[in-house]
Amino acid sequence: MGQGNGTSHIDVRYVADLARLELTDEEVEKFQGELESVLTYVDTLSRLDLSDIEPTAHANPQANVWREDGASESMCRDDVIRNAPDSAEGKYIRVPPIIEE
Amino acid sequence: MDKNIATLSFAHAAELLREGQISSRELVQALLSRVDVHDEALGAYLSVARESALSEAEEADARRQKGEQLSPWDGLPISVKDNIAVAGQANTCGSKILEGYTSPYDATVVRRLKDAGCIVLGRTNMDEFAMGSSTEHSAYKPVANPWARSCVPGGSSGGSAASVAAGEALAALGSDTGGSIRQPAAFCGVVGLKPTYGAVSRYGLVAFASSLDQIGPLTKTVRDSAVLYDLISGPDPNDATSVPDAATGVSGVFDSGLSLEGKKIGMPKEFFDYEGLSAEVREKVQNAAEALEQRGANVKEVSLPYNEFAIAAYYIIAPAEASSNLARFDGIRYGRREVAEAAGRLLETYRLSRGKNFGEEVKRRIILGTYVLSSGYYDAYYLRAQKARTKLREDFARVFEECDVLLTPTTPSGAFRMKQVTEPLQMYRSDIFTISANLAGIPGISVPCGFTETEGLPVGAQFLAPHFAEKEMLRVAAAYEQASPAAGCYPDVTETDG
Repeated sequence: MGQGNGTSHIDVRYVADLARLELTDEEVEKFQGELESVLTYVDTLSRLDLSDIEPTAHANPQANVWREDGASESMCRDDVIRNAPDSAEGKYIRVPPIIEE
Repeated sequence: MDKNIATLSFAHAAELLREGQISSRELVQALLSRVDVHDEALGAYLSVARESALSEAEEADARRQKGEQLSPWDGLPISVKDNIAVAGQANTCGSKILEGYTSPYDATVVRRLKDAGCIVLGRTNMDEFAMGSSTEHSAYKPVANPWARSCVPGGSSGGSAASVAAGEALAALGSDTGGSIRQPAAFCGVVGLKPTYGAVSRYGLVAFASSLDQIGPLTKTVRDSAVLYDLISGPDPNDATSVPDAATGVSGVFDSGLSLEGKKIGMPKEFFDYEGLSAEVREKVQNAAEALEQRGANVKEVSLPYNEFAIAAYYIIAPAEASSNLARFDGIRYGRREVAEAAGRLLETYRLSRGKNFGEEVKRRIILGTYVLSSGYYDAYYLRAQKARTKLREDFARVFEECDVLLTPTTPSGAFRMKQVTEPLQMYRSDIFTISANLAGIPGISVPCGFTETEGLPVGAQFLAPHFAEKEMLRVAAAYEQASPAAGCYPDVTETDG
Protein backbone atom coordinates (compact mmCIF):
# COMPACT_ATOMS: atom_id res chain seq x y z
CA MET A 1 0.00 0.00 0.00
CA GLY A 2 0.92 3.63 -0.26
CA GLN A 3 2.73 5.31 -3.07
CA GLY A 4 6.26 6.53 -3.69
CA ASN A 5 6.45 8.63 -0.56
CA GLY A 6 5.01 5.91 1.66
CA THR A 7 2.57 8.50 2.95
CA SER A 8 -0.47 6.42 3.76
CA HIS A 9 0.50 5.72 7.33
CA ILE A 10 -1.37 8.14 9.51
CA ASP A 11 -0.93 8.53 13.26
CA VAL A 12 -4.53 9.37 14.13
CA ARG A 13 -3.83 10.33 17.75
CA TYR A 14 -1.09 12.76 16.73
CA VAL A 15 -3.14 14.38 13.94
CA ALA A 16 -6.20 14.66 16.20
CA ASP A 17 -3.99 16.55 18.67
CA LEU A 18 -3.00 18.96 15.90
CA ALA A 19 -6.71 19.46 15.13
CA ARG A 20 -7.61 19.93 18.83
CA LEU A 21 -9.92 16.92 18.88
CA GLU A 22 -10.36 14.75 21.96
CA LEU A 23 -10.92 11.18 20.77
CA THR A 24 -11.79 8.01 22.64
CA ASP A 25 -9.56 4.96 22.22
CA GLU A 26 -12.35 3.31 20.21
CA GLU A 27 -12.50 6.28 17.85
CA VAL A 28 -8.74 6.27 17.37
CA GLU A 29 -8.78 2.61 16.46
CA LYS A 30 -11.77 2.93 14.12
CA PHE A 31 -10.47 6.04 12.34
CA GLN A 32 -7.00 4.49 11.98
CA GLY A 33 -8.26 1.69 9.76
CA GLU A 34 -10.82 3.77 7.88
CA LEU A 35 -8.46 6.62 7.12
CA GLU A 36 -5.71 4.28 5.98
CA SER A 37 -8.14 2.86 3.39
CA VAL A 38 -9.09 6.37 2.29
CA LEU A 39 -5.45 7.42 2.00
CA THR A 40 -4.61 4.31 0.01
CA TYR A 41 -7.51 5.15 -2.28
CA VAL A 42 -6.51 8.80 -2.79
CA ASP A 43 -2.99 7.62 -3.59
CA THR A 44 -4.38 6.58 -7.00
CA LEU A 45 -3.53 10.17 -7.95
CA SER A 46 0.13 9.17 -7.94
CA ARG A 47 -0.59 7.25 -11.17
CA LEU A 48 -1.05 10.56 -12.99
CA ASP A 49 1.77 12.42 -14.66
CA LEU A 50 1.19 15.89 -13.30
CA SER A 51 4.55 17.45 -14.03
CA ASP A 52 4.23 20.93 -15.54
CA ILE A 53 0.56 21.15 -14.55
CA GLU A 54 -0.55 24.32 -12.80
CA PRO A 55 -2.61 23.64 -9.65
CA THR A 56 -6.25 24.80 -9.54
CA ALA A 57 -7.09 26.35 -6.19
CA HIS A 58 -10.43 27.75 -7.25
CA ALA A 59 -12.93 26.99 -9.99
CA ASN A 60 -13.34 30.62 -11.03
CA PRO A 61 -10.28 32.41 -9.73
CA GLN A 62 -10.93 36.03 -8.80
CA ALA A 63 -8.24 38.47 -7.81
CA ASN A 64 -8.43 41.79 -6.03
CA VAL A 65 -12.17 41.97 -5.55
CA TRP A 66 -12.90 45.20 -3.76
CA ARG A 67 -16.03 46.73 -2.42
CA GLU A 68 -16.73 50.35 -1.67
CA ASP A 69 -14.93 51.26 1.58
CA GLY A 70 -17.96 52.73 3.28
CA ALA A 71 -19.53 52.61 6.72
CA SER A 72 -22.54 50.35 7.09
CA GLU A 73 -24.65 48.67 9.73
CA SER A 74 -22.95 45.95 11.71
CA MET A 75 -24.51 43.06 13.59
CA CYS A 76 -26.39 43.80 16.77
CA ARG A 77 -24.05 43.16 19.74
CA ASP A 78 -26.76 41.61 21.87
CA ASP A 79 -27.50 39.04 19.16
CA VAL A 80 -23.84 38.11 18.98
CA ILE A 81 -23.23 37.94 22.74
CA ARG A 82 -26.36 35.83 23.20
CA ASN A 83 -24.66 33.04 21.22
CA ALA A 84 -21.56 32.96 23.41
CA PRO A 85 -21.38 30.00 25.78
CA ASP A 86 -20.33 32.34 28.60
CA SER A 87 -20.53 36.12 28.80
CA ALA A 88 -20.39 38.99 31.24
CA GLU A 89 -22.27 42.28 31.56
CA GLY A 90 -23.97 41.65 28.24
CA LYS A 91 -20.95 42.86 26.33
CA TYR A 92 -18.01 40.53 27.02
CA ILE A 93 -17.40 36.95 25.99
CA ARG A 94 -15.93 35.14 28.98
CA VAL A 95 -13.10 32.80 27.98
CA PRO A 96 -11.14 30.16 29.91
CA PRO A 97 -7.87 31.42 31.42
CA ILE A 98 -5.06 31.61 28.91
CA ILE A 99 -2.28 32.06 31.44
CA GLU A 100 -2.15 29.42 34.15
CA GLU A 101 -1.25 30.43 37.69
CA MET B 1 -56.85 22.41 -1.13
CA ASP B 2 -55.01 19.91 1.01
CA LYS B 3 -55.54 17.31 -1.68
CA ASN B 4 -53.24 18.91 -4.24
CA ILE B 5 -50.89 20.96 -2.06
CA ALA B 6 -48.54 17.97 -2.17
CA THR B 7 -48.00 18.34 -5.91
CA LEU B 8 -48.22 22.12 -6.13
CA SER B 9 -45.15 23.74 -7.68
CA PHE B 10 -43.66 27.08 -6.62
CA ALA B 11 -44.58 28.70 -9.96
CA HIS B 12 -48.11 27.30 -9.95
CA ALA B 13 -48.65 28.50 -6.38
CA ALA B 14 -47.63 32.00 -7.56
CA GLU B 15 -50.36 31.82 -10.22
CA LEU B 16 -52.97 30.75 -7.69
CA LEU B 17 -51.97 33.67 -5.46
CA ARG B 18 -52.17 36.10 -8.35
CA GLU B 19 -55.59 34.82 -9.38
CA GLY B 20 -56.80 35.06 -5.79
CA GLN B 21 -57.61 31.34 -5.65
CA ILE B 22 -55.57 30.92 -2.50
CA SER B 23 -54.05 33.22 0.09
CA SER B 24 -50.50 33.05 1.35
CA ARG B 25 -51.85 32.21 4.79
CA GLU B 26 -53.82 29.26 3.42
CA LEU B 27 -50.75 28.08 1.56
CA VAL B 28 -48.54 28.24 4.66
CA GLN B 29 -51.24 26.64 6.81
CA ALA B 30 -51.71 23.78 4.33
CA LEU B 31 -47.98 23.04 4.28
CA LEU B 32 -47.74 23.23 8.08
CA SER B 33 -50.60 20.72 8.30
CA ARG B 34 -48.73 18.33 6.06
CA VAL B 35 -45.60 18.76 8.17
CA ASP B 36 -47.69 18.01 11.28
CA VAL B 37 -49.09 14.84 9.77
CA HIS B 38 -46.05 13.41 7.99
CA ASP B 39 -42.83 14.80 9.38
CA GLU B 40 -42.63 12.79 12.55
CA ALA B 41 -42.16 9.76 10.33
CA LEU B 42 -40.03 11.50 7.69
CA GLY B 43 -37.74 13.73 9.76
CA ALA B 44 -37.19 16.24 6.96
CA TYR B 45 -37.33 19.28 9.24
CA LEU B 46 -35.08 20.23 12.14
CA SER B 47 -37.28 23.21 13.02
CA VAL B 48 -40.47 24.77 11.72
CA ALA B 49 -40.97 28.54 11.86
CA ARG B 50 -44.71 28.22 12.44
CA GLU B 51 -45.48 31.60 13.99
CA SER B 52 -43.22 33.80 11.88
CA ALA B 53 -44.32 32.01 8.70
CA LEU B 54 -48.00 32.59 9.47
CA SER B 55 -47.56 36.24 10.41
CA GLU B 56 -45.35 36.92 7.38
CA ALA B 57 -48.01 35.25 5.23
CA GLU B 58 -50.65 37.59 6.64
CA GLU B 59 -48.42 40.56 5.85
CA ALA B 60 -47.95 39.28 2.30
CA ASP B 61 -51.71 38.85 1.90
CA ALA B 62 -52.25 42.41 3.12
CA ARG B 63 -49.69 43.74 0.61
CA ARG B 64 -51.32 41.83 -2.20
CA GLN B 65 -54.76 43.12 -1.29
CA LYS B 66 -53.45 46.65 -1.68
CA GLY B 67 -51.70 45.76 -4.95
CA GLU B 68 -48.34 46.36 -3.31
CA GLN B 69 -46.80 42.91 -3.69
CA LEU B 70 -42.99 42.93 -3.60
CA SER B 71 -42.68 40.55 -6.57
CA PRO B 72 -44.69 37.84 -8.34
CA TRP B 73 -43.37 35.49 -5.63
CA ASP B 74 -44.57 37.56 -2.69
CA GLY B 75 -46.11 35.31 -0.04
CA LEU B 76 -44.60 32.03 -1.24
CA PRO B 77 -43.08 29.82 1.45
CA ILE B 78 -39.75 28.09 0.99
CA SER B 79 -37.79 25.71 3.20
CA VAL B 80 -34.10 26.29 3.87
CA LYS B 81 -31.31 23.84 4.65
CA ASP B 82 -30.07 24.27 8.20
CA ASN B 83 -26.58 25.42 7.15
CA ILE B 84 -27.92 28.67 5.63
CA ALA B 85 -28.36 31.60 8.01
CA VAL B 86 -31.83 33.05 8.66
CA ALA B 87 -31.89 35.92 11.17
CA GLY B 88 -33.49 34.93 14.46
CA GLN B 89 -33.62 31.23 13.60
CA ALA B 90 -31.55 28.24 14.64
CA ASN B 91 -28.67 27.29 12.36
CA THR B 92 -27.49 23.93 13.65
CA CYS B 93 -25.92 22.54 10.44
CA GLY B 94 -27.19 19.21 11.79
CA SER B 95 -24.54 19.41 14.52
CA LYS B 96 -24.66 19.30 18.31
CA ILE B 97 -21.90 21.88 18.43
CA LEU B 98 -24.35 24.55 17.19
CA GLU B 99 -27.28 23.50 19.35
CA GLY B 100 -28.90 26.60 20.78
CA TYR B 101 -27.23 28.99 18.34
CA THR B 102 -29.48 31.71 16.86
CA SER B 103 -28.30 33.36 13.68
CA PRO B 104 -27.85 37.12 14.05
CA TYR B 105 -28.15 37.72 10.29
CA ASP B 106 -29.59 36.56 6.98
CA ALA B 107 -27.57 34.80 4.30
CA THR B 108 -27.61 36.80 1.06
CA VAL B 109 -29.82 34.18 -0.63
CA VAL B 110 -32.32 34.46 2.25
CA ARG B 111 -32.18 38.26 2.12
CA ARG B 112 -32.97 38.14 -1.60
CA LEU B 113 -35.88 35.76 -1.10
CA LYS B 114 -37.26 37.93 1.70
CA ASP B 115 -36.90 41.03 -0.49
CA ALA B 116 -39.11 39.23 -3.02
CA GLY B 117 -41.64 38.55 -0.24
CA CYS B 118 -40.83 34.86 0.23
CA ILE B 119 -41.32 33.24 3.63
CA VAL B 120 -39.00 30.79 5.37
CA LEU B 121 -41.25 27.89 6.43
CA GLY B 122 -38.67 25.82 8.24
CA ARG B 123 -35.16 24.43 8.37
CA THR B 124 -34.36 21.17 6.71
CA ASN B 125 -32.37 18.28 8.11
CA MET B 126 -28.91 17.48 6.77
CA ASP B 127 -25.75 15.49 7.27
CA GLU B 128 -23.71 17.28 9.92
CA PHE B 129 -21.91 20.24 8.29
CA ALA B 130 -23.06 18.85 4.91
CA MET B 131 -20.63 15.93 5.15
CA GLY B 132 -22.37 12.84 3.89
CA SER B 133 -24.48 11.31 1.15
CA SER B 134 -27.37 9.86 3.17
CA THR B 135 -28.37 12.35 5.91
CA GLU B 136 -27.61 9.51 8.35
CA HIS B 137 -24.90 11.79 9.76
CA SER B 138 -27.41 14.32 11.12
CA ALA B 139 -26.72 14.62 14.84
CA TYR B 140 -30.48 14.95 15.47
CA LYS B 141 -32.36 12.31 13.48
CA PRO B 142 -32.23 10.47 10.18
CA VAL B 143 -34.51 11.36 7.26
CA ALA B 144 -36.64 8.71 5.57
CA ASN B 145 -36.96 8.58 1.80
CA PRO B 146 -40.60 9.47 1.02
CA TRP B 147 -40.70 6.72 -1.64
CA ALA B 148 -39.53 3.98 0.74
CA ARG B 149 -39.14 4.59 4.44
CA SER B 150 -36.38 2.04 4.87
CA CYS B 151 -34.18 3.92 2.36
CA VAL B 152 -32.09 7.04 2.78
CA PRO B 153 -33.11 10.27 1.00
CA GLY B 154 -29.51 10.90 -0.05
CA GLY B 155 -27.50 13.78 1.30
CA SER B 156 -26.35 16.00 2.49
CA SER B 157 -29.46 18.04 1.54
CA GLY B 158 -31.65 15.02 2.37
CA GLY B 159 -34.18 17.02 4.38
CA SER B 160 -34.62 19.55 1.56
CA ALA B 161 -35.14 16.79 -1.03
CA ALA B 162 -37.53 14.77 1.17
CA SER B 163 -39.59 17.83 2.17
CA VAL B 164 -40.18 18.74 -1.49
CA ALA B 165 -40.89 15.16 -2.59
CA ALA B 166 -43.35 14.62 0.27
CA GLY B 167 -45.18 17.89 -0.36
CA GLU B 168 -44.07 19.38 2.96
CA ALA B 169 -42.49 22.25 1.02
CA LEU B 170 -43.19 24.03 -2.27
CA ALA B 171 -39.44 24.21 -2.84
CA ALA B 172 -36.28 24.22 -0.75
CA LEU B 173 -32.74 25.53 -0.76
CA GLY B 174 -29.82 23.17 -0.34
CA SER B 175 -26.06 23.30 -0.74
CA ASP B 176 -23.85 21.20 -3.00
CA THR B 177 -20.14 20.60 -2.34
CA GLY B 178 -19.76 17.22 -4.09
CA GLY B 179 -23.33 16.40 -5.13
CA SER B 180 -25.30 17.31 -2.00
CA ILE B 181 -28.17 18.86 -3.99
CA ARG B 182 -28.20 16.62 -7.07
CA GLN B 183 -27.80 13.23 -5.37
CA PRO B 184 -30.67 13.63 -2.86
CA ALA B 185 -32.79 15.13 -5.65
CA ALA B 186 -32.18 11.94 -7.67
CA PHE B 187 -32.91 9.67 -4.69
CA CYS B 188 -36.16 11.51 -3.86
CA GLY B 189 -37.40 12.03 -7.42
CA VAL B 190 -37.19 15.84 -7.46
CA VAL B 191 -35.21 18.41 -9.45
CA GLY B 192 -31.95 19.69 -7.94
CA LEU B 193 -29.80 22.46 -9.39
CA LYS B 194 -26.19 23.23 -8.49
CA PRO B 195 -25.30 26.56 -10.09
CA THR B 196 -21.90 27.49 -11.51
CA TYR B 197 -19.40 28.26 -8.74
CA GLY B 198 -19.64 31.99 -8.12
CA ALA B 199 -23.17 32.43 -9.54
CA VAL B 200 -24.79 32.44 -6.09
CA SER B 201 -23.40 34.21 -3.02
CA ARG B 202 -22.12 31.97 -0.24
CA TYR B 203 -22.44 34.70 2.38
CA GLY B 204 -24.33 33.11 5.26
CA LEU B 205 -23.72 29.54 4.11
CA VAL B 206 -21.75 27.85 6.88
CA ALA B 207 -18.55 26.96 5.03
CA PHE B 208 -17.63 23.32 4.44
CA ALA B 209 -15.21 23.48 1.47
CA SER B 210 -15.14 27.06 0.28
CA SER B 211 -13.80 26.44 -3.22
CA LEU B 212 -16.55 23.87 -3.91
CA ASP B 213 -19.68 24.93 -1.97
CA GLN B 214 -22.61 26.38 -3.86
CA ILE B 215 -26.24 27.04 -2.80
CA GLY B 216 -29.05 25.95 -5.11
CA PRO B 217 -32.73 24.96 -5.24
CA LEU B 218 -34.48 21.59 -4.89
CA THR B 219 -37.86 21.76 -6.58
CA LYS B 220 -40.74 19.83 -8.13
CA THR B 221 -40.09 21.17 -11.64
CA VAL B 222 -37.24 22.49 -13.76
CA ARG B 223 -39.13 25.77 -14.11
CA ASP B 224 -39.13 26.22 -10.32
CA SER B 225 -35.37 25.67 -10.23
CA ALA B 226 -34.97 28.34 -12.92
CA VAL B 227 -37.21 30.78 -11.02
CA LEU B 228 -35.33 30.25 -7.76
CA TYR B 229 -31.96 30.53 -9.48
CA ASP B 230 -33.04 33.92 -10.81
CA LEU B 231 -34.16 34.98 -7.34
CA ILE B 232 -30.99 33.99 -5.46
CA SER B 233 -28.14 34.50 -7.97
CA GLY B 234 -26.02 37.55 -8.75
CA PRO B 235 -22.92 39.25 -7.40
CA ASP B 236 -22.72 40.15 -3.71
CA PRO B 237 -20.22 42.50 -2.08
CA ASN B 238 -20.19 40.14 0.92
CA ASP B 239 -18.80 37.22 -1.14
CA ALA B 240 -15.62 38.01 -3.05
CA THR B 241 -16.01 34.77 -5.04
CA SER B 242 -19.41 35.75 -6.43
CA VAL B 243 -19.05 36.97 -10.00
CA PRO B 244 -20.73 39.66 -12.08
CA ASP B 245 -20.93 37.56 -15.26
CA ALA B 246 -23.25 34.82 -13.96
CA ALA B 247 -26.25 33.82 -16.07
CA THR B 248 -29.34 35.97 -15.45
CA GLY B 249 -32.97 35.65 -16.42
CA VAL B 250 -32.68 31.91 -16.96
CA SER B 251 -36.43 31.37 -16.52
CA GLY B 252 -36.74 33.19 -19.85
CA VAL B 253 -35.93 29.90 -21.62
CA PHE B 254 -39.51 28.81 -20.96
CA ASP B 255 -40.81 31.58 -23.23
CA SER B 256 -38.90 30.21 -26.21
CA GLY B 257 -40.50 26.83 -26.88
CA LEU B 258 -37.65 24.66 -25.59
CA SER B 259 -36.46 23.56 -29.03
CA LEU B 260 -33.54 21.12 -29.07
CA GLU B 261 -32.91 21.31 -32.84
CA GLY B 262 -29.19 21.26 -33.44
CA LYS B 263 -28.32 20.89 -29.74
CA LYS B 264 -25.32 18.66 -29.19
CA ILE B 265 -25.60 16.43 -26.13
CA GLY B 266 -22.55 14.47 -25.00
CA MET B 267 -22.68 11.19 -23.06
CA PRO B 268 -19.33 10.55 -21.33
CA LYS B 269 -18.52 6.90 -21.88
CA GLU B 270 -16.57 6.57 -18.61
CA PHE B 271 -19.80 7.30 -16.71
CA PHE B 272 -21.85 4.72 -18.59
CA ASP B 273 -19.08 2.10 -18.46
CA TYR B 274 -18.50 2.59 -14.72
CA GLU B 275 -18.47 -0.85 -13.09
CA GLY B 276 -20.62 0.28 -10.16
CA LEU B 277 -23.41 1.65 -12.38
CA SER B 278 -26.59 -0.40 -11.98
CA ALA B 279 -28.07 -1.73 -15.21
CA GLU B 280 -31.44 -0.20 -14.36
CA VAL B 281 -30.03 3.28 -13.92
CA ARG B 282 -28.01 2.98 -17.14
CA GLU B 283 -31.12 1.98 -19.05
CA LYS B 284 -33.25 4.85 -17.71
CA VAL B 285 -30.63 7.43 -18.61
CA GLN B 286 -30.17 5.90 -22.06
CA ASN B 287 -33.93 6.20 -22.51
CA ALA B 288 -33.54 9.88 -21.64
CA ALA B 289 -30.94 10.21 -24.41
CA GLU B 290 -33.39 8.69 -26.89
CA ALA B 291 -36.10 11.11 -25.78
CA LEU B 292 -33.73 14.01 -26.39
CA GLU B 293 -32.87 12.65 -29.85
CA GLN B 294 -36.54 12.41 -30.69
CA ARG B 295 -36.84 16.10 -29.89
CA GLY B 296 -34.13 16.96 -32.38
CA ALA B 297 -30.98 16.86 -30.28
CA ASN B 298 -27.81 15.32 -31.61
CA VAL B 299 -26.55 12.84 -29.00
CA LYS B 300 -22.99 11.55 -29.16
CA GLU B 301 -20.47 9.73 -27.02
CA VAL B 302 -17.67 11.77 -25.47
CA SER B 303 -14.79 10.97 -23.12
CA LEU B 304 -13.82 12.38 -19.70
CA PRO B 305 -10.81 10.19 -18.87
CA TYR B 306 -9.90 12.06 -15.68
CA ASN B 307 -13.27 11.62 -14.00
CA GLU B 308 -12.09 8.43 -12.33
CA PHE B 309 -9.66 10.57 -10.30
CA ALA B 310 -12.34 13.03 -9.14
CA ILE B 311 -13.16 11.28 -5.86
CA ALA B 312 -9.51 10.95 -4.90
CA ALA B 313 -8.88 14.66 -5.58
CA TYR B 314 -12.08 15.64 -3.79
CA TYR B 315 -11.29 13.65 -0.63
CA ILE B 316 -8.05 15.58 -0.31
CA ILE B 317 -9.29 19.06 -1.22
CA ALA B 318 -12.66 19.05 0.58
CA PRO B 319 -11.40 17.72 3.95
CA ALA B 320 -8.40 20.08 3.74
CA GLU B 321 -10.68 23.08 3.36
CA ALA B 322 -13.09 21.71 5.97
CA SER B 323 -10.36 21.22 8.57
CA SER B 324 -9.53 24.89 8.20
CA ASN B 325 -13.14 26.14 8.06
CA LEU B 326 -14.24 24.11 11.08
CA ALA B 327 -11.38 25.41 13.24
CA ARG B 328 -13.75 28.24 14.17
CA PHE B 329 -15.85 25.86 16.27
CA ASP B 330 -13.77 25.98 19.41
CA GLY B 331 -16.37 26.55 22.14
CA ILE B 332 -15.30 30.14 22.71
CA ARG B 333 -17.45 32.64 20.80
CA TYR B 334 -20.45 30.47 19.95
CA GLY B 335 -21.55 26.89 20.00
CA ARG B 336 -21.30 24.46 22.87
CA ARG B 337 -18.42 24.73 25.32
CA GLU B 338 -17.28 21.84 27.46
CA VAL B 339 -15.79 23.18 30.65
CA ALA B 340 -12.39 21.68 31.37
CA GLU B 341 -11.40 21.17 34.98
CA ALA B 342 -7.84 20.03 34.43
CA ALA B 343 -4.72 22.11 34.06
CA GLY B 344 -4.22 23.57 30.60
CA ARG B 345 -7.86 24.60 30.62
CA LEU B 346 -7.88 26.48 27.34
CA LEU B 347 -6.43 23.65 25.28
CA GLU B 348 -8.65 21.16 27.09
CA THR B 349 -11.68 23.37 26.40
CA TYR B 350 -10.93 23.24 22.67
CA ARG B 351 -10.29 19.51 22.67
CA LEU B 352 -13.36 18.58 24.68
CA SER B 353 -15.76 21.04 23.02
CA ARG B 354 -14.78 19.75 19.58
CA GLY B 355 -14.29 16.11 20.52
CA LYS B 356 -17.62 15.76 22.31
CA ASN B 357 -19.80 17.84 19.99
CA PHE B 358 -18.62 17.00 16.49
CA GLY B 359 -20.00 13.75 15.09
CA GLU B 360 -17.94 10.87 13.80
CA GLU B 361 -17.91 11.79 10.10
CA VAL B 362 -16.94 15.39 10.84
CA LYS B 363 -14.06 14.28 13.05
CA ARG B 364 -12.93 11.79 10.42
CA ARG B 365 -12.78 14.53 7.79
CA ILE B 366 -11.10 17.07 10.05
CA ILE B 367 -8.37 14.52 10.81
CA LEU B 368 -7.99 13.63 7.13
CA GLY B 369 -7.82 17.30 6.14
CA THR B 370 -5.36 18.17 8.89
CA TYR B 371 -3.18 15.26 7.83
CA VAL B 372 -3.02 16.12 4.11
CA LEU B 373 -2.13 19.72 4.96
CA SER B 374 0.42 18.84 7.64
CA SER B 375 4.10 19.48 7.26
CA GLY B 376 5.80 17.17 4.77
CA TYR B 377 2.59 15.89 3.15
CA TYR B 378 1.35 19.00 1.39
CA ASP B 379 3.04 18.28 -1.95
CA ALA B 380 2.15 14.60 -1.95
CA TYR B 381 -1.53 15.22 -1.32
CA TYR B 382 -2.93 18.73 -1.53
CA LEU B 383 -0.77 20.05 -4.36
CA ARG B 384 -1.18 16.85 -6.35
CA ALA B 385 -4.96 17.00 -5.90
CA GLN B 386 -5.04 20.60 -7.11
CA LYS B 387 -3.11 19.57 -10.21
CA ALA B 388 -5.52 16.70 -10.83
CA ARG B 389 -8.26 19.29 -10.50
CA THR B 390 -6.68 21.20 -13.38
CA LYS B 391 -6.78 18.05 -15.54
CA LEU B 392 -10.46 17.56 -14.73
CA ARG B 393 -11.19 21.14 -15.65
CA GLU B 394 -9.35 20.74 -18.94
CA ASP B 395 -11.31 17.53 -19.60
CA PHE B 396 -14.58 19.42 -19.40
CA ALA B 397 -13.29 22.39 -21.41
CA ARG B 398 -12.29 20.04 -24.24
CA VAL B 399 -15.58 18.16 -24.22
CA PHE B 400 -17.61 21.38 -24.22
CA GLU B 401 -15.88 22.40 -27.46
CA GLU B 402 -17.78 19.60 -29.16
CA CYS B 403 -21.08 19.58 -27.28
CA ASP B 404 -23.43 22.00 -25.50
CA VAL B 405 -24.59 19.92 -22.56
CA LEU B 406 -23.62 16.56 -21.06
CA LEU B 407 -26.07 13.85 -20.02
CA THR B 408 -25.02 11.38 -17.28
CA PRO B 409 -26.64 9.36 -14.52
CA THR B 410 -26.77 11.42 -11.29
CA THR B 411 -25.98 8.40 -9.13
CA PRO B 412 -24.77 4.83 -9.78
CA SER B 413 -27.90 3.33 -8.18
CA GLY B 414 -31.23 4.18 -6.63
CA ALA B 415 -31.45 5.11 -2.94
CA PHE B 416 -29.69 2.64 -0.69
CA ARG B 417 -31.10 1.30 2.55
CA MET B 418 -30.46 2.96 5.86
CA LYS B 419 -27.38 1.53 7.58
CA GLN B 420 -26.51 -0.32 4.35
CA VAL B 421 -23.37 1.70 3.61
CA THR B 422 -21.12 1.57 6.64
CA GLU B 423 -17.63 1.97 5.18
CA PRO B 424 -16.76 5.67 4.70
CA LEU B 425 -14.89 4.97 1.47
CA GLN B 426 -17.88 3.11 0.04
CA MET B 427 -20.11 6.11 0.85
CA TYR B 428 -17.58 8.51 -0.70
CA ARG B 429 -17.48 6.51 -3.91
CA SER B 430 -21.24 6.81 -4.40
CA ASP B 431 -20.62 10.44 -5.47
CA ILE B 432 -18.59 9.42 -8.53
CA PHE B 433 -20.89 11.19 -11.03
CA THR B 434 -21.50 14.46 -9.19
CA ILE B 435 -18.15 15.41 -7.67
CA SER B 436 -16.31 16.46 -10.83
CA ALA B 437 -18.77 19.32 -11.48
CA ASN B 438 -17.79 20.87 -8.14
CA LEU B 439 -14.08 20.46 -8.80
CA ALA B 440 -14.46 22.09 -12.23
CA GLY B 441 -16.97 24.67 -10.95
CA ILE B 442 -19.53 23.94 -13.68
CA PRO B 443 -23.33 23.84 -13.20
CA GLY B 444 -25.33 20.62 -12.95
CA ILE B 445 -28.96 19.63 -12.57
CA SER B 446 -30.63 16.33 -11.71
CA VAL B 447 -34.02 15.64 -13.30
CA PRO B 448 -36.19 12.57 -12.51
CA CYS B 449 -36.00 10.10 -15.39
CA GLY B 450 -37.78 6.97 -14.14
CA PHE B 451 -37.97 4.39 -11.39
CA THR B 452 -36.09 1.19 -10.69
CA GLU B 453 -38.22 -1.82 -11.60
CA THR B 454 -37.15 -3.90 -8.63
CA GLU B 455 -37.97 -1.40 -5.88
CA GLY B 456 -39.72 1.49 -7.59
CA LEU B 457 -37.10 3.98 -6.42
CA PRO B 458 -36.54 7.23 -8.35
CA VAL B 459 -33.65 7.56 -10.82
CA GLY B 460 -32.08 10.89 -11.78
CA ALA B 461 -30.57 12.06 -15.06
CA GLN B 462 -27.86 14.68 -14.65
CA PHE B 463 -27.19 17.47 -17.13
CA LEU B 464 -23.88 19.34 -16.96
CA ALA B 465 -22.94 22.50 -18.86
CA PRO B 466 -20.01 24.92 -19.23
CA HIS B 467 -19.48 27.68 -16.66
CA PHE B 468 -22.40 30.12 -16.59
CA ALA B 469 -24.34 28.17 -19.27
CA GLU B 470 -27.29 27.59 -16.90
CA LYS B 471 -29.69 28.79 -19.59
CA GLU B 472 -28.68 26.14 -22.12
CA MET B 473 -28.60 23.49 -19.42
CA LEU B 474 -32.08 24.39 -18.17
CA ARG B 475 -33.45 24.45 -21.71
CA VAL B 476 -32.30 20.86 -22.27
CA ALA B 477 -33.41 19.79 -18.77
CA ALA B 478 -36.86 21.33 -19.23
CA ALA B 479 -37.29 19.86 -22.71
CA TYR B 480 -36.36 16.47 -21.29
CA GLU B 481 -38.72 16.89 -18.35
CA GLN B 482 -41.66 17.16 -20.79
CA ALA B 483 -40.77 13.69 -22.09
CA SER B 484 -39.72 12.09 -18.81
CA PRO B 485 -41.78 9.12 -17.62
CA ALA B 486 -41.17 10.34 -14.05
CA ALA B 487 -42.51 13.89 -14.51
CA GLY B 488 -45.50 14.58 -12.28
CA CYS B 489 -44.96 11.45 -10.17
CA TYR B 490 -45.12 11.88 -6.40
CA PRO B 491 -44.81 9.39 -3.56
CA ASP B 492 -47.94 8.43 -1.67
CA VAL B 493 -46.69 9.37 1.76
CA THR B 494 -50.02 8.53 3.33
CA GLU B 495 -49.73 4.99 2.14
CA THR B 496 -46.15 4.55 3.32
CA ASP B 497 -47.28 5.81 6.72
CA GLY B 498 -48.79 2.33 7.04
